[in-house]
Amino acid sequence: MAEMPMIEIKAVSRFYGIYKALDSVTLDIAAGEFFSLLGPSGCGKTTLLRSIAGFDTPTSGDIRIDGQSAIGVPPNRRPTNMVFQNYAIFPHLNVAENVAYGLKRLKLDAQDERRRVGDALDQVRLSTLGKRGAHELSGGQRQRVALARALVMRPKVLLLDEPLSALDKKLREEMQVELRSLQKAVGITFVLVTHDQYEALAMSDRIAVMFGGRIAQVATPKEIYQRPLTRAVADFLGGMNFMKARITGETATDLSVETQRFGAVTLTKPPGFTCGTSEATIGIRPERLRVLWDDDTAPHAIEGHVVDRHYFGEITHLIVNVPGLDAPLSVSETNNFGADDIPVGAPIRLAYDPDALVALAD
Amino acid sequence: MSPPLTGAKFTGGRHGIRKSRWLPIYVTVYLGFLYLPILLLPIFSFNNAASTTFPLAGFTTKWYAALWGNGAMLDAARNSLFVGLCVAILSTGHAICAARAITRYRFRGQRAATGLIMAPLFLPEIIVAVSLLMIVLQIGIELSLATVILGQTVFCLPYAMSVLISGFEGFDRSLEEASMDLGETALGTFRRVTLPVVAPAIVSSLLVSFTISLDEFILAFFLSGTEPTLPVYIWGQLRFAAKLPSVLALGSLMLVLSILLITIAEFLRRRSQRRIQGRLANG
Amino acid sequence: MAAVAILQDGPSKSAHRTGRRWRDSDEATGLALISPTLLYALALLFLPVLIVIAYSFWTQDYLTIDHTFTLENYRIALTEPIYRDLLARSLVIALVVSLVTVVFSYPVAWFISFHGGVHKNLWLFLITVPCWTSYLLRVMSWKVILGYQGVLNTGLMSTGIIETPITSLLYNSNAVVITLVHSWAAFAILPIFVSLEKIDRSLIEAAHDLGDNKVMSFLRVTLPLSLPGVISAFLIVMIPTVGDYVTPKLVGGKDGVMIATAIQAQFGKAANWPLGAALSVTTMVVVSAMAGLVVLALKLFVRWIR
Repeated sequence: MAEMPMIEIKAVSRFYGIYKALDSVTLDIAAGEFFSLLGPSGCGKTTLLRSIAGFDTPTSGDIRIDGQSAIGVPPNRRPTNMVFQNYAIFPHLNVAENVAYGLKRLKLDAQDERRRVGDALDQVRLSTLGKRGAHELSGGQRQRVALARALVMRPKVLLLDEPLSALDKKLREEMQVELRSLQKAVGITFVLVTHDQYEALAMSDRIAVMFGGRIAQVATPKEIYQRPLTRAVADFLGGMNFMKARITGETATDLSVETQRFGAVTLTKPPGFTCGTSEATIGIRPERLRVLWDDDTAPHAIEGHVVDRHYFGEITHLIVNVPGLDAPLSVSETNNFGADDIPVGAPIRLAYDPDALVALAD
Repeated sequence: MSPPLTGAKFTGGRHGIRKSRWLPIYVTVYLGFLYLPILLLPIFSFNNAASTTFPLAGFTTKWYAALWGNGAMLDAARNSLFVGLCVAILSTGHAICAARAITRYRFRGQRAATGLIMAPLFLPEIIVAVSLLMIVLQIGIELSLATVILGQTVFCLPYAMSVLISGFEGFDRSLEEASMDLGETALGTFRRVTLPVVAPAIVSSLLVSFTISLDEFILAFFLSGTEPTLPVYIWGQLRFAAKLPSVLALGSLMLVLSILLITIAEFLRRRSQRRIQGRLANG
Repeated sequence: MAAVAILQDGPSKSAHRTGRRWRDSDEATGLALISPTLLYALALLFLPVLIVIAYSFWTQDYLTIDHTFTLENYRIALTEPIYRDLLARSLVIALVVSLVTVVFSYPVAWFISFHGGVHKNLWLFLITVPCWTSYLLRVMSWKVILGYQGVLNTGLMSTGIIETPITSLLYNSNAVVITLVHSWAAFAILPIFVSLEKIDRSLIEAAHDLGDNKVMSFLRVTLPLSLPGVISAFLIVMIPTVGDYVTPKLVGGKDGVMIATAIQAQFGKAANWPLGAALSVTTMVVVSAMAGLVVLALKLFVRWIR
């Protein structure tokens, strides 16, 4: 990366007694990037975000924002602004006053201030609600106020702490699209904390998946979904069929394995893979297994029979027992061709692409 | 103990717990029982007779008019006002710190400290009074309005604490963080966010403490020297049957003042709670 | 993120271990903030109580205090018929007052909690208003109501229900009980109300669903779950009541005298501080023991019905 990263996190750890909330996290976030910190509750993602904002101080390590070390810099002197999980709308101020809150410190002239507040409210499509009191806002409106209040400060980095978790499903999906286009429009770095993998996949340029205070993988949404490095990452982002494979050959980058039903394949070796073992865990996503109808043929196919079926509207999940495999395979098939009509007990053939197989570290 | 606990959330309503026919009648009778004594005093204070019997003997305001010429009573009223103001400020000041500490921070000994501060609520007042009297005389301080103020502040603390804890409790810590995040300093955050949001609770606590002090008798009785507060003055008058009507007039004025102050306090307390909890328009 | 959120509040014990200064920790700030109030309460509540306890083991020797340790004051407090009787009567009155107050207040709290609708706060306010007015004035008002020439007697006579005034209204234990029940009503209703509010309404529906009728679901679900409120109500009424001074003095007459009058006398005319202190301590200890027994009895009762 030629350009200097907007945020550099260098070996940051945060201990609470013997509990490690962050365990030597190192991470670069580029300028203008929509970056997500994804993980289950207690994985350290919020601690990391709050360390960037200045509400939490790392036990060790350095955080640099736009080239400057932020250690010891209080939140009010950092070029970051935050959208809080519960939005933290000041209850004694109306919408416009909330948005103008931080500007008051800058001692702008009145006209300038009004214009910037107006622009910020336009940006989040709240221009008509400036005089509205904080109690009279809906959840979605509160979120927009929180966004406008932060953006009006023209921060270098906008930090978002689970900003969509308080909204209902429909509104959440709308706001995902809106947040993404807002980020494109303002062009600044967004750092989002979320536990919702679909949210992270839909919005981010890159995602860092965190478990137990450590970063498990940093990659683009597509890569992280298709090429997860560990079993935990694969499991956290959607469904995955796991199986054991015997290792037949190993180079610095590749792993040749022999499987019961998927034949011999050569896969990319995930970093952190324990060398010298004879078995590897490999996986395939349920939607990468395709049902073969009647006379369809495919270069790679396996046979089994359906033991269970779950209907989900646009897709059907088939549970397929394949002789020789430890566990039945989960198959996700669209209902365009009648997957929802396949009777339980029926024999079935499944096509797959060997490229869809991934080797996983534990 | 009083309004502070009343801010619980609404539940029930659409649930299928049916109303009994007798209960509303019972509650009405109960309210009548509660209000009977405080309604009677004003009624008799306008009665044109020195006795308190029915039927009433006609309307008069002479008992009130007589109060203005009563120097001893006016002195007592001045004392009460002075004591009340000092107690309100002292106990609210103390309670602000303590309530903030309890609602915002976690520390060892928190429960014990809270228990001690709230203890007067669960102690017979006479024991508080007697023990204070002993320590004051032991140290060799002369009884005066100052000793009354010291004693009543201890007694008012639990009430001021309850009002302020309920005011601070819903206070969302992220509001202060948001303010810091938007560039405000710690002091500026206190002035622009914390104080405005909790101000109604503070005023409410001042009013509640003042009202308690105004009406408090036992501590004032034990700890005041030669300068009586209003309740102590009234106590002295009760021995003389002839003084009863003027005591009734004075008492009625005090009742009205107490109710007025408490109503304002409750109004403010509720407003602060609404503010802090920030109900959603669609919630 | 619940776990992290809790951790962010900072288990302060660990703060210094990990290199942050304790002075900046939450614990230090909290302690610093509470210390003025705490010191005040220690100096004017805790210390005085210690002094009372100390005095109770000493002897009054005319104008001076004999500091030799003795249990003589407690012997007097517990065996002298006058103090023993006063203490016993105070305890009985406190028990009766708290029992009556809780029993009569529970339905009101229940009504407000379950049927208060959107006006719950208004109801509670109405209940608490009388409580904020001068206690002395309210007791005085009861004297006016219950007196021989009082409101009740003259009112009843003018309507012809009775011919001659009822003499047994004022100056006895009943008058004391009525007045005290009136004084403490709000203090009993509030804690019960709060604990009733905390009960998840679907629990009661579940009890109905599982076959309980209204009475059974009340006894088996509502009452046990509101027990903490009932217990607080008992304590907050019973303990202060035992030491009440004004009510017995104004409406109690000869039959209604309670222990506070005796305590006050030791600090006034009798000028025997150690005995007054011993009476105070004895009262506190005995009423605490009684409160403990009542709490135990309530818990056993609730366990028995469910």
